[in-house]
Order: sequence, then structure tokens, then C-alpha cells
Amino acid sequence: MPWKRIKLPIKPGRFLVQGDEAVADGAFCAGMRFYAGYPITPASEVITRVQERFEESGEGVYFQGEDEIASIAACIGASWTGVKAMTATSGPGFDLMVENLGYAIFTETPLVIVDVQRAGPSTGQAARPSQGDYHQVRYATHGDYEIIVLTPWSCQELFEFGIRAFNLAERYRVPVIILTDEAVGHLREPVVYPEEIDVFDREHDPDAPPFSFDERDAGPMPLIGDGKALLITGSTHTEAGKRVTQDPEIHRKIVKHLIGKIQHNVSDIFESHEEFIEDAEIVIASYGISARSGFEAVKRLREKGLKVGFFRFKVIWPLWEKYVRERLSGIKKIFVPEMNAGHLSRELERLVNGEVISISELGTNIITPETIVKEVEARL
Amino acid sequence: MKNYMDWIRTDYFPTAFCAGCGHGIILKAIAKALTELEFKREEVVFVSGIGCSGWIPSPYIKADSIHTTHGRALAFATGVKLARPDLTVIVVGGDGDIASIGGNHLIHAARRNIDITCIMADNNNYGMTGGQYSPTTPQGAKTTTSRKGHVEPPFDVAYMVKAAGASYVARYTVAHFPQLVNAIKKAITTPGFSFVQAISSCPTHFGRRNISQDPYEYLDYLKKNSVNIKNVKETDEIRNKITIGEF
Repeated sequence: MPWKRIKLPIKPGRFLVQGDEAVADGAFCAGMRFYAGYPITPASEVITRVQERFEESGEGVYFQGEDEIASIAACIGASWTGVKAMTATSGPGFDLMVENLGYAIFTETPLVIVDVQRAGPSTGQAARPSQGDYHQVRYATHGDYEIIVLTPWSCQELFEFGIRAFNLAERYRVPVIILTDEAVGHLREPVVYPEEIDVFDREHDPDAPPFSFDERDAGPMPLIGDGKALLITGSTHTEAGKRVTQDPEIHRKIVKHLIGKIQHNVSDIFESHEEFIEDAEIVIASYGISARSGFEAVKRLREKGLKVGFFRFKVIWPLWEKYVRERLSGIKKIFVPEMNAGHLSRELERLVNGEVISISELGTNIITPETIVKEVEARL
Repeated sequence: MKNYMDWIRTDYFPTAFCAGCGHGIILKAIAKALTELEFKREEVVFVSGIGCSGWIPSPYIKADSIHTTHGRALAFATGVKLARPDLTVIVVGGDGDIASIGGNHLIHAARRNIDITCIMADNNNYGMTGGQYSPTTPQGAKTTTSRKGHVEPPFDVAYMVKAAGASYVARYTVAHFPQLVNAIKKAITTPGFSFVQAISSCPTHFGRRNISQDPYEYLDYLKKNSVNIKNVKETDEIRNKITIGEF
């Protein structure tokens, strides 16, 4: 079985850890032994921690690329040799990675990318948080596909999602993005490292074709060095990797596979954190740092006797539309605090029958519980 | 493997190359070099980019090959080499691929002197997209984006790579087959970054507008206009020549 329970390879216990460090530790515990990245605020602490873990364990290779293009490319090359590879960046660097992100999606390469969001567009504000990459991480590269994006709200979750991201990447042969932001990435808070964790290692089959057309699942993966003269290409290909650049039917099959292997398993991938939904008349729905303020606002509004529920997306992509529609049906008003022009709120507008009200922060301030409480009370 | 054809994936023949394209000669030179060095299939991995050159290893060389994005082959290859240092990693790219869009990866691979061999199949233009000028298009040459003659001077890519820190640098044309095979063998066996600039023929695009559309005349031109770097001192003498040899 590709699932296995392992003893934590670092010291278990309760520690004060920074978010960027926690995600590096989670990834290391999941088996990440290749890291390539380019310095960028506010993600630079990730490579520092990775370097420390590699040095103290004597395992792993890290590499500072000449740019983000080279960094993600090196991760993809390394992943095809069987090693678990990761890179971390922020918006401007993610922009540069997009070309090869598309390559990783099309070649079904397991890979983890940490995007510690900062304010944009362009250089924006390097050391201030934002949630403006919500749709960029989903629709970054051209063509049709599905991708997995996890949105932690704490240092504890950055550690846990560091593990889960690799489990999902290896399980579904897809790049997985951990979408956090400067506020959580640079936060320090207590994190519990457990004694044991569950990890999934990709199904390695030297005799399997490199690609699959299965609309329900990912296929096993052969590796570079198996001696089978593997053909890996980002051009449209047969299952054997032969380039087929003029056949519409083959292209249709590949795209259906890329979408199907994720969508068919959406209930396994999607994850939410819900409180007080059962009797709720209104709901605060959010993710990441904004959800922390949202949860505090829910508690304060409950104290005032309002029937407010809380729905937090721990996974924003794939969006399990059927589930979200069912859970939020009948809710009269859904307030969506987020540090962007209203990305999640737009997604929810097409899914739910209640009124969706965006609480949007376009500056680089974290939305406070007070702001949310005030907004909810004003719109009741 | 005893015969160079053991390294060629003939089941995907006929090749995608135009009639008279020099890239088939580079394919054979690589296959011969691997045969003579007695490599096993599982010991070598090819990484290529986008363009005519990408087809040389992918799919025509029967070994692991990663056909990557335009210009990024060296960056992917760096990841492969770092993760599996025991593998022999060979990058094949074109002049546009390696020296233009991938130029930054090239100089940094040379600076790091990472143990990768890079073979640049240089046909002096972008063949795949219709014959536009590339970083190695000579000044004055006609291409589809320099209809009245190219105004920019070209890169001397071999010198640049040498200056950036590569261990082994050579340049030969497809009209110098034995030398080309030998250079590829030396490149593969020299530790550190090795670079072979293989000047190729492109009768369909570059030749038609500048040299000849006839494959034989093109090869003859390459042979007659090449001068070994050892035999010349003054740059004036070689201004309009292709300097070949080891740098």
C-alpha cells in the first residue's frame, strides 16, 4: 500500500514555530528531499528552514535557482527521478513559475508549491499580506485542467498541510499549492508535532506507461532511470508519451483525464471547517487569515444572540460545488471577508440561493473581527 | 549496445525533420558517441526544449527523455542531475531555445559548472516557427523577421559559455561528422559543464534565403566556410567564417 504510518523524522512536541518554518517542517516530515527556490519576501524563510532540516538529517538536496522559472523546472526534473520536490514563492515569483506549472499539470508531475501571498499586482507591497492570488493559483496557466489548492489559517495547519499537500500530490500526480499569506507565513505560534504521521508515496511502476487517460483516477508512475526509455512531454501525447500534435480525440482524452482524476475524487480532496451551521440563518464564509477574524466575529455575534454559522474552506480548489451548495442552501445571507476584491464571494454567488455579501479589504490590512461584526450588523 | 542504431527509436520514423535538415546528422552523432562510450540505456537521460532541436532526442533517441518547455531544458536537467548525480544528463536544444529564451539558464549552468552536457543544434534561425532570426543569425542575413538583412550582431555562444566557466566547449558543423562525434564523446566524459555547438543546416528556411536550398550545397558551404580556431590568430581573418574546434 502506498499509504504508510511513519515515526516523525523530527523531534515531536510543542514548539513556537513561524508559519514559513512550519510548512517546511511539514513537507520535510512528508518526505520532501528536494527543494529549489529563488529568494522572495515573504517566503524566504522556507528555504532557510529546509536547509536546516536537510543539514541536520544528512538527507535532501536544496538548490537556489537563477530565477523562479529554473527553480520549478528543477523540481519537476527531480520529481521524475522519484524524489518529493517543493518550491516556495510569492506572487511575483509565482507569475514566473506559471509556464512550468502548466508543464507539471500536463505531465502529471507530483510537486508542492507554497505561495506566501503578498500585495499585488506587480511588486506591490512585499511584506504585507493579501489574498489576491485566489484565482491566479487556479487559472494561472493556459488550457483546461484541475489543480489542488490548500488554504491554512494557522502555523499548525501550515505544518499539517505541508504533509497533506505531498500526500495529495503523490496520490493524484498533480501540483499542489499551499496558499498562505504574509500574515500567517510570518506569524509565530505554538505548533504540536505529533509522534507519528500518515504519508502517501506515489505508486511507482517501472512497466507502466508514463501517462493515463483514466477519467476517474491517476495512473501509477514510472521514473527516470528505470531503463525503459521513458518519453515525457508537455505536448499532447499518447499514454506511452508519443507526441500527437494533430489529433483532437487524444487531446480531449487527456484534458478529460486531468479534470476527471481530481473531480471524481473531490470528496477525498475537499476539506472544510464548519461551526454552528445547523441552526444558522446567516453564515460567515472565508479561508486563511480572514477566516481567523471571521471565526472571532462569529463568536461575538453568537454572544449577541444572532444565529451565525461559520464555514471555512481548508481547500479552495477543487471547489466541491455540490457539497457547498447543499451545506449553504437556505442560508439567507452569507458574509465573505477576504483580502481581495471578492474572489470567493464571486464563486459562492453562483452556488448558493441566499444573498452573498463581500467584505473586501483592498489595502494590506488584515480584516478585523470588529469590521466583520459591524458589517454584519449593518446589513442584517 | 554494439550498434548506434540501438540508440535510435525507429518506430517513430519517418522523422519530423525537413528534407536535408542537419539535425539527423546530430542525432546520428549522439547515437554513435553513446555507442562508442558503451553506455547502458538506464545510465543516460536526455532533456530537450521546444523547437526543431527538441525532436532530436524526443522521441528519436531510445533513452529516458524529458521534452520540456521552451528554453528551460537546462533548468529541468539541473533538477535531474542534482537528484540523480549518478545519471549522465544530456541536454539537446536549438539556438533560439538555448541561447535566446534559455540564455540565462545557459550562463548559470556554465557558471555552476554542473556535470551536464549541452548540445546546441544551431541552425541560425527559428526553423519550427517559420524562419525568424535567432541570437546566432549572422548580421545581414535574411530571415522572415529580417527581410532586408539582420541588423543585430550574433552571439558567439561558445565563447560566452567558455567565459562563464564551462569545463569543455567545442564547435563543429554537421559537415564535420567525425570531429562532432569526438567532441560529443569528450563533452560527455569531461566532468563539469560541457557545451557542443553543432552548426546545423536548415535548407528549408535559413538556407533558402541565405545559402542554398540544396542540402549538399549547404553542407559544402559549411565545410568551405569553416576554419579551425587553432589555425587563425587575427579576428579579421575569421570575421565571415565559422570558427570550429575546441575552445
